[in-house]
Amino acid sequence: MSGHTRPHSSHLLRPSLASRMTRIALIFSALVLLSFFLVLPLVGVFVQAFDQGWKIFIESLRQEDVYAALRLTALVVAISVPLNTVFGIAASWAITRFDFYGKNLLITLIDIPLAVSPVVAGLMYVEVFGLHGWMGPWLSEHNLHVIFAVPGIVLATVFVTFPFVARELIPFMQAQGSDEEEAAAVLGASGASIFWRVTLPNIKWPLLYGMVLAASRSMGEFGAVSVVSGHIRGKTTTLPLQVEMFYNEYNFTAAFAVASLLTCAAIITLITKKIIEVTTGLHQHQAEDERSS
Amino acid sequence: MKRWSILKRQSPLPGFGLSLGFTVGYLSLIVLIPLAAITRHGFRSGLAGFIHAATTPRTLASYRVTLESALAAAVVSTLIGFLVAWVLARFDFPGKRIVDAIVDLPFALPTAVAGISLTTLYAENGLMGRFLEPLGIHVAFTQLGIILAMSFVGFPFVVRSVQPVLEDLDPAVEEAAASLGANELQRFTRVLFPVALPALLTGGALAFARAAGEYGSVIFIAGNMPMKTEITALLIVTKLEEYDYTGAAAIAVAMLILSLTIMLAVNLLQSRFQKREGKRI
Repeated sequence: MSGHTRPHSSHLLRPSLASRMTRIALIFSALVLLSFFLVLPLVGVFVQAFDQGWKIFIESLRQEDVYAALRLTALVVAISVPLNTVFGIAASWAITRFDFYGKNLLITLIDIPLAVSPVVAGLMYVEVFGLHGWMGPWLSEHNLHVIFAVPGIVLATVFVTFPFVARELIPFMQAQGSDEEEAAAVLGASGASIFWRVTLPNIKWPLLYGMVLAASRSMGEFGAVSVVSGHIRGKTTTLPLQVEMFYNEYNFTAAFAVASLLTCAAIITLITKKIIEVTTGLHQHQAEDERSS
Repeated sequence: MKRWSILKRQSPLPGFGLSLGFTVGYLSLIVLIPLAAITRHGFRSGLAGFIHAATTPRTLASYRVTLESALAAAVVSTLIGFLVAWVLARFDFPGKRIVDAIVDLPFALPTAVAGISLTTLYAENGLMGRFLEPLGIHVAFTQLGIILAMSFVGFPFVVRSVQPVLEDLDPAVEEAAASLGANELQRFTRVLFPVALPALLTGGALAFARAAGEYGSVIFIAGNMPMKTEITALLIVTKLEEYDYTGAAAIAVAMLILSLTIMLAVNLLQSRFQKREGKRI
């Protein structure tokens, strides 16, 4: 069957054979395209990782460098996600609950990290904390290392995942309005109890959704981290940098073995996202289920 | 006399000063100050110095490779993205939820992983390369490879922009067109396509912006030959490794100008589109 059937004319609303054929052809060609475009690279990772058998696969992972990269990646996620979560909550509280001058500018500025190339993001921190940067001389005087060290990697990751939680919360809290919180405030609830008892239970799903996206990106960030890392084996290599290192050493099995760990994390992310969407209706259009064409 | 306040309207809710203060402080630390630092460095030797450093022949060639490939990738992303968004929004089929979830794979998969996987697939002895190379189609280590990797990371932007718009389009509109005698092609070109066009443009622009700044998924498959297949992001890294900090900063500032311009254009497009939508209702 060919995927190139052109849409044929149908007579009014009668579902003709031609229109059914068109639909099947469209679905078929979309699925074929996605299989080549998305599924093949995904499956390819595992095929390459297990190319030499599962024993070699396990051996490639049981290396001190891989453990170190895994620990560093976990540390980076553990710092960057909570920081950006606190920021996301603060920003969405200010933006959706108050009317102030400069609000639109603030919303635009929060989106900047999404537009900036990761490499440029990494370079920005070199300009601030590197030896030739603004704070470089002061830092080296006090023997503090940011660039080519763990703090730089954390900062670069914080930058690339900066708006993830805020962007989920702002539209959600905007749509929700502040009636419930204002009622609580009028009845005498303190700021803390408004937040813990009213706001947080309402926003928990979009909050979690944003945190999942942020965690997934922090785990996999490559460009920004690569610029500030210095690639010191066992010290400043995260998992994606370890993949690159093995690959450039022609140790393809090890590169794909580590890549398969990251791919599993990506698949878990997609499943978690979908579960949140389906169970809570987040990012779902209500029309989707009613309308069966 | 009324005290001047940044607040336009008083609110019974607490925490304005704290939340806005933290937001602005954190934004400045993480985004604005580093942005100022790199801009200042890019212009350290004045405008002439910036232009000189940002327009060497090798740099100009990297702009051409990057922009050309990003444009081609945006077109590919738009075509594939529109088809996928249309199928997801309009038709029901088994496994639709899985397909819908997997569209976001390029967002979730680390770019380095995508890069090495695509390179291995399209290399001479790879699963795809094996069939394409005898036909004279060289993907790995050519500009075609750059376009492929950029399309991979860009197309979900198009799907996620267009899909909600098509889902919101009332089927009654299309039925009305059909009852007035429009055939399927006419319903597509006269009803569906015009409604989706602003979202399609937005998605295409986002895909272009992402492709132009992309690094991880491109460098493995690109070949990285100066003047031929060297993208701008890689050139920045190369300059940095050669300790040419001023050169790196100048090129980075040029990229920043491009990406912030696209971002503002997309914002403008979206707000105009929303205004028009608002009027219609």
